Amino acid sequence: MTESVTRGPIKGAVENLTNNVINAEGLTKVFGEFRAVDAISFSVGAGEVFGFLGANGAGKTTAIKMLTGLLAPSSGNASVAGFDVYTGAEDIKRNIGYMSQRFSLYDDLTPLENIRFFGGIYGLRRKEIKEKGRALIDTLGLASVADVRLKALPLGWKQKLAFSVAVMHEPRIVFLDEPTGGVDPLTRRRFWEMIYESAERGLTVFVTTHYMDEAEYCDRVSIMVDGRIAALDTPLELQRQFGVGSMEELFIRLARAGKGGRHEE
Amino acid sequence: MGTAISLDGVEKSFGAVPALRNIALRVDEGELFGLIGADGAGKTTLIRILCTLLVADDGKAEVLGLDPVKEYRSIRSRIGYMPGTFSLYEDLSVEENLRFFATVFNTTVEENYELIRDIYSQLEPFRTRRAGKLSGGMKQKLALCCALVHRPDLLLLDEPTTGVDAVSRREFWEMLQRLKKQGITIVVSTPYMDEASLCDRVAFLQEGTLLAVDTPEGVTGLFTAPLFAVRAREKYRLLRELRGFEHALSAYAFGSSVHYADRRRSASAGEIRDHLEKRGLQDIVVEPVRPGIEDTFMALMKQGRGEGDD
Repeated sequence: MTESVTRGPIKGAVENLTNNVINAEGLTKVFGEFRAVDAISFSVGAGEVFGFLGANGAGKTTAIKMLTGLLAPSSGNASVAGFDVYTGAEDIKRNIGYMSQRFSLYDDLTPLENIRFFGGIYGLRRKEIKEKGRALIDTLGLASVADVRLKALPLGWKQKLAFSVAVMHEPRIVFLDEPTGGVDPLTRRRFWEMIYESAERGLTVFVTTHYMDEAEYCDRVSIMVDGRIAALDTPLELQRQFGVGSMEELFIRLARAGKGGRHEE
Repeated sequence: MGTAISLDGVEKSFGAVPALRNIALRVDEGELFGLIGADGAGKTTLIRILCTLLVADDGKAEVLGLDPVKEYRSIRSRIGYMPGTFSLYEDLSVEENLRFFATVFNTTVEENYELIRDIYSQLEPFRTRRAGKLSGGMKQKLALCCALVHRPDLLLLDEPTTGVDAVSRREFWEMLQRLKKQGITIVVSTPYMDEASLCDRVAFLQEGTLLAVDTPEGVTGLFTAPLFAVRAREKYRLLRELRGFEHALSAYAFGSSVHYADRRRSASAGEIRDHLEKRGLQDIVVEPVRPGIEDTFMALMKQGRGEGDD
């Protein structure tokens, strides 16, 4: 009896550890005198939708660059999709998906051309690209516009396609950097339903947003202030902990308490 | 109160693509008026017509009682315009940009300093810094100062808060409220639905068409179906089960709950809970809730598109 009681949680913890898609420990980036990211530690489990919030200038972008293998940390450790950020940056890039509002697809290419291009970039074989491309076009209902240049399509369609292309090579984790900026509320929700669906199938989703209602759609949320993680938990637990009624209230309170980010650095 | 802007039957197309269709609206002097809509809804086109940078294909328009085509010069000297992309001189300092705009408008920074004091005081410590080296929030404040430096009667702001974090957004709206008190008419476009409630009146734009023009309260009054905030342990499943309910009109995620609208006037919370319990959901909470701006916008959008229910 005693044995099973003690074994349970330990076994669970070990499983949890091996299931983590991100593990960061004291991850830090210093630019000259400025500590852009100041010893952040957190982990993200498989299939989790993890919200990564912070005011403009709080250090989110720098943190994401380190986690996606684009920027070497100054100190600390992190592994993403099983690879070390120092020694496995190239492997990380191959094993993650990435989509942002600013950079997603090529406007002058058609949906099919975009799929082919990014499939190639992600190292898929020609046959795979062909099969997946067809399947994608069908699932997204883009058959009638498969040969129309992207710039003529509504933003909502483009975003769905961008997301699908970002996960076409079946990464364990996808990074979404403000994926829903400027989109109408209906399209925004449809996009989130795509996120839920993918998470249900086991994809880990790491997402930043300025919409505080979207923060509530995440399993867990972290809020960065001045390069540190000022809060991290489920949205419900965070609101209870800080005695606030919404994520917006909590965000504003934490961001205002911080000295940096929104001052002129 | 007089009329600051009046539009009637305004149309604009780019090639074969219609950007604005049959737009009719009036903005009163001293009003804080919101143009609410997503990317591609036509907000920028409308604002550019108002500040005389684009000419409408058809319809009548008056800005400050003037004709935007024949009297564009007079209009330009009396409006302040802040475009959606940062358009100041990145190689000039904060101070130089402000002086430049004052000079162009035949005035000095000192003459109207009172109007911008509030905002400019936050920029003052960096007045010798090049505009290109400012953070996003500070750039936005400088752009607003430059648009105000000649004390315009009408301020036209194109998506000033897009991509800006929640704290800076709130501060920006506080600035707008103070400017409104000084008697300046303000037209501001935004994709953020929650900002609509901060306006005196709003116009909802979708694919070039006006869906509604009203006060925030008036707009939410257009949503007539019974609406409930529903919570349960598994949210994505909850969403699907609610949509699968035979009486469902719509179900959308709203923060920590799902907003569920029912087709029947007589719908009750108890009934919805029963349905969800039968489907095996746990920790169910169902409460009637008043529709907000976003609920209404989505309902109007679906009507406008002639879309079925989700």
